[in-house]
Amino acid sequence: MDLRLTAEERTFRDTFKTWLLANLPEGEHSGRRETDPDYMNAMRAWQKKLFDGGWAGVSWPKEFGGRGASPIEESIFLGELASAKAPERVGVIGEGLVGPTIIAAGTDQQKSEFLPRILDGTHIWCQGFSEPDSGSDVAALSTKAVLDGDHYVVNGQKIWTSFAQIADWCLLLVRTDPKAPKHKGISCLLVDMKSEGVSVRPLRQMSGDSGFNEVFFSNVRVPVHHLLGDLNDGWRITITALMNERANLGSGLYMMFKAAMDELMAKARELTQGGVPLAQNPINRQKIAQAYLELEIFKLNSDRALSQISQNAVPGPEGSILKLYWSEMNQRLVRTAMEVLGDRAQLDEFDQGRWIYRYLRSRGNTIEAGTSEIQRNIIAQRVLGLARSY
Amino acid sequence: MEFELSKPQQLLQESARTLFQRTCNPERVRELMETETAHDDTLWSEYVDQGWTGLTLPESVDGLDLGVVELAALMEELGRACVPGSLAASTCAGILLNELSSHDIAVSMLQEIVEGKMRAAVALHEEVPDWDPTNVQASLGRGAGQIVLEGEKTLVGGLLGADVILVVVWDENELAIVSVPSSHEGVEIRSTPGIDRSRPLGSVRFNSVTVREDNILGRGSAVECALQRMSRVGAVMACADMVGGMQWMLDAAVDYAKTREQFGKPIGSYQMVQEQCADMLLLIESSRSATYYAAWALSEDAPDALRAVSMAKAYCSEASREVGDRSIQVHGGIGFTWEHDLHLYYKRAKASELSFGDATYHRELLAKSLLDD
Ligand SMILES: Cc1cc2nc3c(=O)[nH]c(=O)nc-3n(C[C@H](O)[C@H](O)[C@H](O)COP(=O)(O)OP(=O)(O)OC[C@H]3O[C@@H](n4cnc5c(N)ncnc54)[C@H](O)[C@@H]3O)c2cc1C
Repeated sequence: MDLRLTAEERTFRDTFKTWLLANLPEGEHSGRRETDPDYMNAMRAWQKKLFDGGWAGVSWPKEFGGRGASPIEESIFLGELASAKAPERVGVIGEGLVGPTIIAAGTDQQKSEFLPRILDGTHIWCQGFSEPDSGSDVAALSTKAVLDGDHYVVNGQKIWTSFAQIADWCLLLVRTDPKAPKHKGISCLLVDMKSEGVSVRPLRQMSGDSGFNEVFFSNVRVPVHHLLGDLNDGWRITITALMNERANLGSGLYMMFKAAMDELMAKARELTQGGVPLAQNPINRQKIAQAYLELEIFKLNSDRALSQISQNAVPGPEGSILKLYWSEMNQRLVRTAMEVLGDRAQLDEFDQGRWIYRYLRSRGNTIEAGTSEIQRNIIAQRVLGLARSY
Repeated sequence: MEFELSKPQQLLQESARTLFQRTCNPERVRELMETETAHDDTLWSEYVDQGWTGLTLPESVDGLDLGVVELAALMEELGRACVPGSLAASTCAGILLNELSSHDIAVSMLQEIVEGKMRAAVALHEEVPDWDPTNVQASLGRGAGQIVLEGEKTLVGGLLGADVILVVVWDENELAIVSVPSSHEGVEIRSTPGIDRSRPLGSVRFNSVTVREDNILGRGSAVECALQRMSRVGAVMACADMVGGMQWMLDAAVDYAKTREQFGKPIGSYQMVQEQCADMLLLIESSRSATYYAAWALSEDAPDALRAVSMAKAYCSEASREVGDRSIQVHGGIGFTWEHDLHLYYKRAKASELSFGDATYHRELLAKSLLDD
C-alpha cells in the first residue's frame, strides 16, 4: 500500500488543476437545483467546455474519445472538481452509465454514433428501467417490444425517469420474450426521445421540483440497429450498468456532499446563537466533526473500491456497500446541517432554500438506484453468501 | 391509575377527527397551503362553535376551562389531518394573555379571541432566533411622554392574518409584552414561507411604532412566568401534533406495505419492511406516552412537569423525523413525490421539531435540571 500519488498521477493532477483554474465558469453552483433550467444550461455548457479541454470521459478508453485515465486519476479529477466547486456534470448518466455499457456491449456503429455525443454533451441520456409495478423488482418489467420488420415496436410505461424531461436519448429496458423466465426475456434498446409515440409527463418531487417523470411509449418504432447487446440479454447488460452506476455515481457525488459540508462549516463560523458562533458550541462541534469524518470515509471507501475495480476491471456487488454508505451518510449530513443551523434554516429565504432542498432531496437517496433494503439484500446474499430470502 | 384519555377526552378527539374528515380533506389542506395565511374562515367558525378558540381559557371569558390533556388530544387530531392555519399559534397567544389577565385589556382581548372576533400572534424570535426571551433585542423607548417600539421579529406563527401582535420586548430592564394592532402605522409585516406551508410564518418590523401605556400588558416576573407557561404548553402542543402526524405516517406505510407487491409478494412480508414498521410503532407509542404524561403533569402542576415537557419534546422531535424517514422509505418512489401526501406531514414534522425548542435545546434543559446544583 502506498497512498502517495505516483509521479504520473501528480502530473495528471497538476495538468487538470491548471486547466480548471483557467476554465472554471463563474458563479455559485453548489446546492443549485438540478431541475432549474438556467442551471441545466450552465451544466450543458460546462460539459462542452470539459469536452473541448479533453476532460470529458476521463476514465473512458482513448480509442472512444476518453482520456484513458485510471480509476485513481478519475478520483483525483473528481476531487479537484469538488474543491473548485465546479457545476455538476449534466452527462453523469451518459458518461457514467450509458457510455460504459455501450463500450462493453455496443456495435461499432453504436459506438461511433453515440459515444462522441455523450462526451460533448450533445446527447443527454435518461435511464428507463423502473415501472409502476416493478421498482425494486425491475426484472418483472412489462414494457414490451415486438419485432416488426426492421423495427421494434415499443408499448408500455416507465416511471421515476430522471432527466427524461430534457433527455435526448433513453437507455430503455423492454420485455422481448414474455415466455422466458423474467431475467431472460429482457432486452436493452437505445431510444430517441423525439420518436413518435414517446410522451413525457413530469412528476413533482417532494421538494416541489420536477426532477423525474413518467414516460409513455405508444407504438414507438425503434430501429433494430438500436438494440444494445444481444436480444434477451438486456438484464446481464443492465446489471453491469447498475454496478457501474453504484460504483460511479457515488464518487461523483462526493463533490456535491463536500460542497455542502464546506458551506455548513462556513455558516457555522458565521452565524451565532446566544452571542456565540455556532461553530463554538460543543454539541455542534461534535456533530460537524462526525459528519465530516463520515464524508471523508466515504471518499476513502470510494477510492479503495476504485482501486479494486482497477485490478478486477469490472465492478462487483461491492458497489452496493458504497451506495448504501453514501445514501445514508448524506441523509445524516444534511440532517446534521439542519440541526446545527436551527430554526432559521426552515425558511425559504435562508440561503435561498438550499438546505431545505438538500434535506428533502436526500430522502430520495435511499430509494433511487436501488433502495437501501435491496442493497442490504445484495450485500447479505451476494457478498456474504447468506441464504436468499426471496 | 388511568393512563389513557377519559371518555369525554376521547369524545373531544373523535369530534375533532370527524370535523376534519368532513371539512379538511387532503385536497382542502393543499388548497389552503397554497394561500399566504393558510386560514379558513369556515373552519375557524367551527372552532368557535366547538369552543376550541377558548379550550383552556376560563369560563369568565366564555372559555371551556379544560386542561392541557384535552388540548393535547385536540392537537393530535390537527396533526393527524395536517390541518392548516393558526389554531395552535392563536392558542399560545390565548395562554399568554390569560397569564396576564390582571390587565383589563388582556381580558377583553381574550373574550374576543374566544368569540372568534380576534386572532393574535406572539412575536418572540428575532434575527437570531432564540427560545430564551431574555435574549430579545426589541425594546420600548421612552421619552417626551411617548413610548416607541423599535425592532424586528421573525418566525412568527399565525402572524399573517392576525389582528393583534403580542410582542416580547425590553422595557428599560424588564421584559414586557406589548400588544400592537397589526394594522398600526409603522408595522411592516412580511410573509416568510418555509418548509411547512400548513402553518405559515412571517416576520414583522416595528418602525418607531407608538405604544400606549395600557397596551403594555405586563412586565417583569409576570411576563417571564407567562412566557414560560406558554412555551411549556406550546411544546406539548407541538408534541401532540407530531404524535398525530406520526400516526398518519405509520398508518399510510402499513396500508401500503400490505397492498404493494414486489417479487410476487406484499412488501410487508419482507423482514426489513416489517422492521421499519415495527420501529415506527415503537417510536409513536413512546412519543404518545411522553406527550400525554407531560400534558397531565402540566395540568396538575406536578413537581416534575418541566422535566416531563423536555423529555417529551426532545423525544418526539427526533421520533417524528425518524417516523417520517421510515414511512417515506417504505413507500419507495411514490413516497418521494409531491402527489403523495406524505411530504406534507414530513415538512410539518420538521417545523414542529423546531418549534418551542428542538431536541438539543430540551436535552440541555433536562440535563440542567438533572445535573446542576
Ligand atoms: C429521486 C429518484 C430518481 C430516480 N431515477 C430513476 C431513473 O432515472 N430511472 C429509473 O428507472 N428509475 C429511477 N428511480 C426509481 C427507483 O429506482 C425506484 O424507486 C426504486 O428502485 C424502488 O422502486 P419502487 O419505487 O417501485 O419501490 P418498491 O420496489 O415498491 O419498494 C417499496 C419498499 O419495499 C421495499 N422492498 C421491496 N422489495 C423488497 C425486498 N425484497 N426486501 C426488502 N424490502 C423490499 C423497498 O426497499 C422499499 O422500501 C428513481 C427514484 C428516485 C426516488
